[in-house]
Amino acid sequence: MDVAFIIETIVKIVVILLVFSALAGFGTYFERKVLAFMQRRLGPMHVGPYGLLQVAADGIKLFTKEDIIPQNVVKPIFKLAPVITAATAFMAAAAIPFWPEFTVFGYTVHPIVSDINVGILYVMAVMAIGLYGPLLGGMASANKFSLISAARSAAVFISYEVITGLALLAPLMMVGSLSLIDINNYQSAGITHWIAWSQPVAFILFWIAAFAETGRTPFHLVANDHEIIDGFGTEYSGMRWGLFFIGEYANMFFISFVMAIIFLGGYGDGSIAGAFQLLMKVAFFFFFFLWTRAAWPDIRPDQLMWLCWKVLMPIAVLNVVITGAVILFKLKGGM
Amino acid sequence: MHVEPFTDRNVSEHSAYYYVDIENYPVTGWDKFKQVVKRSLKGELFVGLWVVMREMIKFDIHTVKYPLEKLPIGPRYRAVHKLLRLWESGFERCIGCGLCEKICISDCIRMDTRIDENSRKEVTEYSINLGRCIFCGYCAEVCPELAIVHGGRYENASEQRAHFVIKDDMLTPLDFLTAGQQEEYPGFGAITPHEDERVSKTPLAY
Repeated sequence: MDVAFIIETIVKIVVILLVFSALAGFGTYFERKVLAFMQRRLGPMHVGPYGLLQVAADGIKLFTKEDIIPQNVVKPIFKLAPVITAATAFMAAAAIPFWPEFTVFGYTVHPIVSDINVGILYVMAVMAIGLYGPLLGGMASANKFSLISAARSAAVFISYEVITGLALLAPLMMVGSLSLIDINNYQSAGITHWIAWSQPVAFILFWIAAFAETGRTPFHLVANDHEIIDGFGTEYSGMRWGLFFIGEYANMFFISFVMAIIFLGGYGDGSIAGAFQLLMKVAFFFFFFLWTRAAWPDIRPDQLMWLCWKVLMPIAVLNVVITGAVILFKLKGGM
Repeated sequence: MHVEPFTDRNVSEHSAYYYVDIENYPVTGWDKFKQVVKRSLKGELFVGLWVVMREMIKFDIHTVKYPLEKLPIGPRYRAVHKLLRLWESGFERCIGCGLCEKICISDCIRMDTRIDENSRKEVTEYSINLGRCIFCGYCAEVCPELAIVHGGRYENASEQRAHFVIKDDMLTPLDFLTAGQQEEYPGFGAITPHEDERVSKTPLAY
C-alpha cells in the first residue's frame, strides 16, 4: 500500500480525534452558556474572558482526579465501558465527510478517513455499538441506579435503532447508495434538491431518533439526574467519566453531521460557501440539542417506548412503503 | 393586581378564584388517539421553544455576581449587632441595665458592669455568642436607649465564632462617629415616626 496514503490517513485520524475532542469540550461550554442565557443566567464567567477557559479548568480537574474503582464492581468491564463509548463515537466519524475535497500545494485532500461504499450503514452500526458503553458500565457498577440506567439504555437504543434504520431506508432508496458522499452529491444541485423536502417524514423521524440515540433531553432517561443520579455514570469519576462525556458530545456532533449531509444537502456542490453552509447546518442541529434541553421536559421510559413502537415505527414503515410505491410508479412511467 | 378579590377564598362571581377547567382523562382508545393527535399538532412544543428563545434574545440577565455586586438589604434586616454611641458626647449609649441579657431567649448575651470614678455605670464587657444567637431581635427591641441594634453585616464567615461580637468590634469607633458616619438606626427596634400620636394611655381600670 502507498506510504503517502497511510500517512495521510493517520494524519486525518489524528486531526479528527483532536478537533472533536476539543469540540466536545467546547460543546459543554456552549451548552452551559446557552442553557444559562435561556434561563436568564450568565453561566460560566470567571475562568478566562467570559468563562472561555472553563473548558481547560474542567479538563485539568478531570485529568488530575483520583481514578476511583469502587469495591464491588466488575473491574475489567468497569474500566472498559467508558472507552467503548468514546471509541465507538470516534470510529463512527471514519465514514463522515467533514468538508468537500480541496487542494493544498497541488495535493488533493479528501477530508474523509475512508469513503467506504456502505458509509451510512457503517456509521449507524458503530454508533449502535456505543450502546455497550452505558450498558456494560451500568451493569458492572454494582449500583442500583446504574443498573436501572443500563436497562433503560438497552431498551431505548435498541428500539430507536429501528426508527433510524427505517427512516433512513426511504432516502436511501431514492439515492441508491449508502456512501455519504454519494448522498451529498445527490443533493448538490441546490436547496430545492434537499432530501428534507422530498422526505420530510423521514427527516423528522430521524431527528427524533437522534435525540434518543444521543440520549439528549426529551429522551434523557438514560442518565436522568433527578431520578437515577447520573445513571451509568454514577460510580465513575475523573477521566473515565470524562470519556463518557466526550463520547456523548462527539456523538452529538457526528449525528448532526450525518443529519446535515443526508437531509439538508451537506456541503452542496463542494465550494467553500457550501462547506461553510455545512458547518452552519451542523451548528444549528447542535444548538437545537441544547435548545430543547432548555425548553422541553423529559418523558417517562414507558412513554418513550410507546412513542417508538406505536407511533414512530408505523409512520416509518408507511413512509418506506409509500416511497417505494412512488419510485416504482416513476420507473414504470419512465419505461 | 388588586388584592381585594383574592381575599374571598370561595369560588363565586365576586372572587377571583375559579375552578380550573380540566378535561376528563380519555377512556376509549379513540379518545386517547384524538388526544395524542391534538397534542402533537397543536404546536405546544414550539411554544416552549419560543419562550426560551425569546428570553435568550431579550438577554435580560438576572444573575447577581455576588462578591462583586450585592443586592440592597432591607433596613429592618437583622444581621450582626452593633453598639451605638451618643451623637454629641461620644459616650456609649449602653447604660448597663442588663435588659438585653435578661430577655435573650437563647441566653447568648453576657455583660459586665462596674461603677466608675464618676459614679457612672460603665460596661466593661459585652459579648454575644453568635454560635447561639438566633437573631430574634429581642435585645434591640427591649433596649431603652437604642444602644444595641442589628446592623446589615451579613457576611460573618470567620475563623472564630467570637469575631464580630466582642464589644470593641460592635461599638461604633470614635473617629467614625466624629466623621458623622454613625447612622441613626431606622431598623428593627427603632422608634417609628409619629410614635407619640399612636401611643394610647394604659387603662387603669377595666
